[in-house]
Amino acid sequence: MSKHNTDLRVSIGDVELKNPVMTASGTFGSGREYAEFVDLNKLGAIVVKGVADKPWKGNPAPRIAETYGGMLNSVGLQNPGAEVFIREELPFLKQFDTKIVVNLCGHTLEEYVNVARAFQNVDIDLLELNISCPNVNEGGLAFGTQCEVVEEVVEAVKREAAQPLIVKLSPNVTDIASIAKAAVRAGADALSLINTLLGMKIDIYKKKPVLANKVGGLSGPAIKPVAVRMVYQVAQAVDVPIIGMGGIFNGEDAIEFIMAGAWAVAVGTANFNNPRATMDVLAGIERFMAENKINCLKDIRGIV
Amino acid sequence: MSIFAEAVVKENNEIAPGIFSMWLSCAEIAANSRPGQFLEIYTGDSARLLPRPISICDVMGSDVRVVYQVVGVGTEIFSNKKQGDGLKIIGALGNGYDLGQKGPYILAGGGVGVPPLLYLARELLKNDPNADLKIFLGFRTHPFLIEDFKAIGPEPSVVIEDRGEGTVLDNMNKCALPDDALIYSCGPKPMLRAVARWAEERNRPCYVSMEERMACGLGACVGCVVKLRSSQASDGWEYKKVCKDGPVFDARQVIWDE
Repeated sequence: MSKHNTDLRVSIGDVELKNPVMTASGTFGSGREYAEFVDLNKLGAIVVKGVADKPWKGNPAPRIAETYGGMLNSVGLQNPGAEVFIREELPFLKQFDTKIVVNLCGHTLEEYVNVARAFQNVDIDLLELNISCPNVNEGGLAFGTQCEVVEEVVEAVKREAAQPLIVKLSPNVTDIASIAKAAVRAGADALSLINTLLGMKIDIYKKKPVLANKVGGLSGPAIKPVAVRMVYQVAQAVDVPIIGMGGIFNGEDAIEFIMAGAWAVAVGTANFNNPRATMDVLAGIERFMAENKINCLKDIRGIV
Repeated sequence: MSIFAEAVVKENNEIAPGIFSMWLSCAEIAANSRPGQFLEIYTGDSARLLPRPISICDVMGSDVRVVYQVVGVGTEIFSNKKQGDGLKIIGALGNGYDLGQKGPYILAGGGVGVPPLLYLARELLKNDPNADLKIFLGFRTHPFLIEDFKAIGPEPSVVIEDRGEGTVLDNMNKCALPDDALIYSCGPKPMLRAVARWAEERNRPCYVSMEERMACGLGACVGCVVKLRSSQASDGWEYKKVCKDGPVFDARQVIWDE
């Protein structure tokens, strides 16, 4: 096969990724878990599992339920806290030639601010703010569902953030474009979407929900059309880079997101189905570009 | 070391109603397995995304054996596999049993928790052919693997609950067992809890192999957790991963309230 000269580089908030393939937070651990299967140097960026200012215990088990073409999870963002993460996980990741994105979570505005501060003097490339967490001061309503709250939390974190800030949007909203605009108004350098869709599965023999938490986040190919639609809507509404995700399993899926307006893509649930999914997605993008004589992702970004 | 590979089905037979024994040819995984570890087996069905965690029942040469129950769509797909079919798998995963400890040993297994004890018994006897090994197995309706246990070592003591024969624990209580035995157990949670309590009352070390709904199998998703005592946590407990920290845990560390 003749070598097609493709340029896969993409910039997210002044950080240049060698290619647009990232991992979705919570599906790739902190990279170490997949290092036996994937050359981490080949990834555009690794987005680590959500980190909070203090350790979070997470939800009781069962936390996982498979559904048709997807899965539900209610892990509850179990994590060891910023201090342990920086000491025990980050040094491993630093060995690789890839960009490191730390995903931040919090139960309150103060916790979000604290965790952004904890990374002020830490050598990482980007922050990703998970605003789908339940706000304990508002009866557990997710931060990311109201424009004013999104603005408030993004503004507060942006003030403390030493790295460019990606805001990860919740799809469990009526109008994703207005939430996206609110995040950008408040200073988001980039947006990533979608987080999981709230779902539920019932064990009809036990007559109770499968998940101990009753409800959980739906991910996988089952949500891909919803994700593509939302990326498209957000791309029409804002000018910042968008990272598209939601059921990306191969190169064609990734191209679909890029044509909807995504600058980069993240591979999530596919990692559970195939530990080498990120590499398959990357190879698929390259193949599509070569076969269709596309030199640069920009040439097809948002083309629809 | 974990390996992602395409294994070839060598044999796949129903050995009791709804219970299948499958031999998979995969030299790299066979060479890197130990008792108590498990495989993640992918369904190959694009609508059934998650691999199924199944404990390793035995290893012979370059082949790995799993014995599984058909409980849903995924295991039904496995049951239809024929000799020569391929299956994507990752293995061997998890910590496995610590084989460095001295006997005598008590092995207590229930239902689909019985298979990994066959591999454990074989390895314990390989390390020490004279090892004092007492094996207690329990089944709801139909026993399986009994002949396999007999072929490698002492005759197991078997109960079939639906025949009113009581439980594994009833059987253990009927026997004179060595005071200094090490207990290994795998089976349904109520049985593990009962075995753990039995061991604690006698102040004997006990290792239980736990099960939980799992996604990645690699420690990344943090889906498959059990509650364990922890000196590091301020309130004395934390969730640990069955796939990576387990599936074998020191029974004294397990908090059984969930």
